Amino acid sequence: MQGNRLYEGQKLALKYFTVAIVLFGAQLLFGLFAAIQFLYPDFLFGILDFSINRMLHINALVVWLLYAMIGAVYWLLPDEAGVEVVGVKLGEIAFYILTAAVAVVVLVYLFIQVGPGEESTIWFITEGREYIEAPRWADIGIVAVVLVFLYNVYATVMKGRHTGILVVLMADLIALAGLYLAGMFYTDNISVDQFWWWWVVHLWVEATWEVYVAAVGGYILIKTLNANRKVVEMWLWIEVAMMFGSGILGLGHHYFWIGTPEYWWEIGALFSALEPVPLVGLFVHVLYDWGKETGKGNTIKNVPAFAWLTVETFGNFLGAGVWGFMHTLPQINLYTHGTQWPAAHGHLAFYGAYVAIMISAIYIAVQGKAGLKELKMTKAGWWAISLITVGVLLMTVALTISAYVQTMVERGMYGATWEGYFVAQANTWFVQGIGWRLVTGLMVLVGYGFLVYDLLTCDKKQPAEVYEASKEAAAAA
Amino acid sequence: MDKKPSVWTSNRFWRRSATWVTGVSAVLLILLTFDTMAQMKMGTEEDIKNKIDRRIPSPVVINYKIDYQLNRRRGHEVPIIGGMDANGKSKYEEKEKFFGRDDWSEEEARALIHKGKLTIQAKNCMDCHTLLGNGAYYAPDLTKAWLDPTWDTLAPAYNGKEYAIKEFLKNPPAMAMHERKMPNLGITDEEAKAVVAYLKFMSAIDTNGFPRNFGKIKGAVDARK
Repeated sequence: MQGNRLYEGQKLALKYFTVAIVLFGAQLLFGLFAAIQFLYPDFLFGILDFSINRMLHINALVVWLLYAMIGAVYWLLPDEAGVEVVGVKLGEIAFYILTAAVAVVVLVYLFIQVGPGEESTIWFITEGREYIEAPRWADIGIVAVVLVFLYNVYATVMKGRHTGILVVLMADLIALAGLYLAGMFYTDNISVDQFWWWWVVHLWVEATWEVYVAAVGGYILIKTLNANRKVVEMWLWIEVAMMFGSGILGLGHHYFWIGTPEYWWEIGALFSALEPVPLVGLFVHVLYDWGKETGKGNTIKNVPAFAWLTVETFGNFLGAGVWGFMHTLPQINLYTHGTQWPAAHGHLAFYGAYVAIMISAIYIAVQGKAGLKELKMTKAGWWAISLITVGVLLMTVALTISAYVQTMVERGMYGATWEGYFVAQANTWFVQGIGWRLVTGLMVLVGYGFLVYDLLTCDKKQPAEVYEASKEAAAAA
Repeated sequence: MDKKPSVWTSNRFWRRSATWVTGVSAVLLILLTFDTMAQMKMGTEEDIKNKIDRRIPSPVVINYKIDYQLNRRRGHEVPIIGGMDANGKSKYEEKEKFFGRDDWSEEEARALIHKGKLTIQAKNCMDCHTLLGNGAYYAPDLTKAWLDPTWDTLAPAYNGKEYAIKEFLKNPPAMAMHERKMPNLGITDEEAKAVVAYLKFMSAIDTNGFPRNFGKIKGAVDARK
């Protein structure tokens, strides 16, 4: 960071972050509607049905994380490579095209909602496949935008420094983009459909996104703690080995019950059971660096970013690792598959693994934009991180209780029939869990309010010594 | 002279390990994918005539009676198409009328499930229901919906459960079974019929015993009997 001067790529990053935070709000809003409908099914019935709220809830999540991920790369790319982003103008055009496309897709979701059972619906309204519902025209647009992004990353790194973080990102991003293609076709065979659909969903969130997080986490450690780059990069390679070593074949845990051969039971069980291992590694590494650097008397350069990174490591381990492992073995998954179990796991895993680190990266950008040498935690910042984290944790616990009830009653006692489904849904303990989910969801929404406020104002609310130190540093430079 | 640094702290060693581990995993996944794709190819009418079990059978299974029974050798339930022989295998013999016919040709049946699958995607079924256990958790799983005892109770009033399901899909609030109603998604008669065909076809997919104990209410009574 050189005073207040930002690279053009970093200015572009700020635009991506802005849209990301807006979409994060949309995610929470539609999630709230869906949570209310679980308790009061007549709420918005026939206007915004559960399916639409739920689709917007998860699509907004995926899209805002992708925006934040692209933003974080544009932020760190010139900083790491030591040169301006090549093709930044092109990147800007791509940003506006992508944002316009997202707006059109959302409007169609909201006002057209569903189409007739024809190919044209798949092309223009919705593909109707969880997480990647975006119609085919938007898929093609996304691919074009991603190609621009990849070109910018590759061309910039070629011109500048080839740091380990950048090399990992280059390899990872190409895999991440390529995997999207696996979701862009139609077949009447639902088993084949879901097989490739998981290539996108799983190999994103349990492989390439995790490696992305490890790389960006490494950058944040260097920025916030001045961590030793050689150590950070060594850990990064170990993480890559463990994440891809477990995550790629861990894909098998989605192939237990969709018409796939039985050998996926063993493969999925073994490799997905190993998936928590790198997450422990990530967590140990962050705590180790924290202790080492503060032990030397060094201060944390960006307290909110570091706090969110810490939440990331705990949340990733707990949500993705522990909650994932709890129902990943086929013997257990036979009963938990398709219940609130994956909902409980999904909420904490997405939050812990991805949401927290993207917020951390955004705080790094806030500090950079203000040109401050240090960034301390403000009161609003504390409220934000506490309300959101505790909210999501309690939500996960609430959903887990509901999940237990559903598994026992619907699956164990009633053998998964419709009657069993509704008997379980009406069970008092189930309903209580769903009720607490709504309460904790409101907590997260309030926390989001604090977060937006803090992101906009925290650079102006720092203690006096922060500004003095920054001035001195600027003068010395 | 400096002590030689340990290989365990060498970036080069870990970079190479990461590359190898990723490469080997990816190659294994690709090889397994080839095998899985071959095993999941949709069956044909020929297979049914020759009594060959397919994980994903030909859509002409809509002409047959479908059941879901425990297979002792495999240790879980499997779809039974057209009656069960003494070894617990499908006989592909007992037919069952589907919308008045049990002679849907391969071509007709394929066209029907094509329309059904498109409708299932176009109406976003997966954002309330689960199919093969994947989707949202706001409404019941549809994997074996065709075999659900609910439809057997409604079947007589509609002259067969396929008609009951079709009428339900065309205007779900009118036949609401629960406070949590399914909305009217503008499903046409043709689309509803196709969706019912898809549900029947899907119930014949071999899902390795998912869902377990389907239809066995409270563990003791088989509701489908």
